[in-house]
Amino acid sequence: MNPLRLVGQAVIAAAVMTGIGYFSQAPAYQYFPPDHALIKLSLSHASQRLEPCRERTAEELAKLPPNMRRKMDCSRERVPTLVQLDVDGKRVFEGWRKPSGLSKDGASQFYERIPVTAGTHRIAVRMRDSARSDGFDFEYEATATLAPLQSLVLGFRGETGQFNLR
Amino acid sequence: MLPRLQYPLKYIFLRLEAWGDALFGSHYNPFYYLGALAWFNFWIVAGTGIYLYVFLDTSVTHAYSSVEYITHEQWYLAGITRSLHRYSSDAMVVLALVHLLREWAMDRYHGPRWFAWFTGIPTLWLLFFCGVSGYWLVWDMLAQYLAIDAMEWLDWVGIFSEPIANNFLTEGSLSDRFFSLLIYIHIFVPLALLFLMWIHLLRIARAETNPPRYLAIGTFAALFALSLVQPAVSHGPADLTKVPSELHLDWFFLGLFPLFDIWGPAALWALTVGGSMLLAVMPFVRRAPKKPAAVVDLANCNGCTRCFADCPFGAVTMVPRTDGLPFEKEAVVNPDLCTGCGICMGACPTTTPFRTKGELSCGIQLPDLDLPTLRNVLDDAVRPLSGKTKVVVFGCEHGAHLPGLRSSEVGVVVLPCTGHLAPSFVDYAFSRAGIDGVVITGCRDGECFHRLGVRWTEERIAGKRDPALRGRVPRDRIRIAWAGPLDLPKLTHTVKTFTEELSRPDSEARAETDRTASVAMTGGAE
Repeated sequence: MNPLRLVGQAVIAAAVMTGIGYFSQAPAYQYFPPDHALIKLSLSHASQRLEPCRERTAEELAKLPPNMRRKMDCSRERVPTLVQLDVDGKRVFEGWRKPSGLSKDGASQFYERIPVTAGTHRIAVRMRDSARSDGFDFEYEATATLAPLQSLVLGFRGETGQFNLR
Repeated sequence: MLPRLQYPLKYIFLRLEAWGDALFGSHYNPFYYLGALAWFNFWIVAGTGIYLYVFLDTSVTHAYSSVEYITHEQWYLAGITRSLHRYSSDAMVVLALVHLLREWAMDRYHGPRWFAWFTGIPTLWLLFFCGVSGYWLVWDMLAQYLAIDAMEWLDWVGIFSEPIANNFLTEGSLSDRFFSLLIYIHIFVPLALLFLMWIHLLRIARAETNPPRYLAIGTFAALFALSLVQPAVSHGPADLTKVPSELHLDWFFLGLFPLFDIWGPAALWALTVGGSMLLAVMPFVRRAPKKPAAVVDLANCNGCTRCFADCPFGAVTMVPRTDGLPFEKEAVVNPDLCTGCGICMGACPTTTPFRTKGELSCGIQLPDLDLPTLRNVLDDAVRPLSGKTKVVVFGCEHGAHLPGLRSSEVGVVVLPCTGHLAPSFVDYAFSRAGIDGVVITGCRDGECFHRLGVRWTEERIAGKRDPALRGRVPRDRIRIAWAGPLDLPKLTHTVKTFTEELSRPDSEARAETDRTASVAMTGGAE
């Protein structure tokens, strides 16, 4: 093969490989500002039922097959859940979430990312999980000092009924 | 909008291919082997991946350190293997995307080709998924970013009872079990990709899945050199208590992730699903007149299987004889797969214009350009020639625009594909039509619109494939000059000089032609 052709082929191969090598890692992508931190609101909570449970009478229980004689008669559907999150007194998130599931009987899911500047912040979170029209069923306030690029998870434990920071 | 882009892009590809021909020669031009090179890179990725898996620790706590070992401690083998794994994957993306663009630009995506186009779309998505899932396994800050973004993107669909992004909330929330799932994804998705790549080629006869050895060695050497010069390295170890900041993305695979960050999940779903749907319907909205499919005349078919062997799209099948004639098989054409290229007619040994008694017919032919019509076309092309030397040019409708070549010395026969030309027509042109020379042209070698027309024609004329050109035909009066749409000036020059050579006294012409014959048989238009 003509040596000039070989050189040309080598130049083309080098150019293609340079392109592959470059774009396989560059240009750099600034995903998150280095002087910021992230608050992740992540909670999965089963709200209260849309209709309150009712205790079955003895007659009603007797009519049911033995394996279905549960004392409480509960509807499946739950109410939507409202969550508000304030950072340093400023509302950064407010949202309703419907219960999951076709019968709306599952947990309401919240997953939100809230970037904030690094430093000390006053965090206040409120949740309404009942049919009430105002006020909240759960409230939590805390002061957190966030390092640059720190990821802080704001969660909720249904067993204890308390918010927590992780 | 799209057609407006298609033709400029076709021009760009034709230009690039011309340069490729000049630099690599038509038999090694990478543009003609984009799909095959993608396959070759897949095998590199698969081979290197198997080796890397030996060293990869599949636990979330030790995956990163095992990759660091691969990269730094055993850099001379596993490290280079990791780099090869990454760069050949990147090369595969580039090749697949250029392959897609080229097939679209060259208008090879509709009609019977819809299947390859359609199946290419999920193939591409699986390729991207393979790459993304591979980056997860390093479990560095890039992997953390990709995993969380990908899970958040999937969570938007709302099919999971709990956000799967919750698996990446804190250090304790990511279990080895979930991480192992990611590893299995990276094993089974490439297997699914391989399966789809096979499906992609199902309706393409004699698909090229292996590039020429020269190209394969060159590609591997280039990737190896890149792996030495710029070894693939990781970001810092994943830390779910921190947010990744500056990332060195592999833009070939991960370019959609920043769009997710900017646009959000809904817009990215709209882009990816909408884009895929658009690509998927493109073959069906393209309004190209469908050429009539080839038809079999059983009275002339002896079941020789040559049309079956030569069809580029598997449109011809051989089935047991149905008409009682004493032959084992007969050819059947599937009209849905037939592109109307006529290669089957060129392959049929009964395609001969010499017959004078009875109806002129052959075993398989195109309804709109059957044997008698084709002979008339040739006769009509030759009849008006009044020059001292008479030359007929056989060519195809996808190569250089041939009608402009017509003169008092040059007649032109345009075929749907040069592979439609049975060698007996060349014989006929000399022995019955009184022609002094024949020029055979068509798409560039390697760029045949109907895939195999160029190859079969060369082999038939050279006597290497049936039906072969008869020995009595003077080879020195045949010039093969492949010429694409941009090569008309060169083809015009070739026809002109060939005509001049033929017009000289026999001895001179023969000597001149002998000197150039070998070049003419294999090269493009000079």
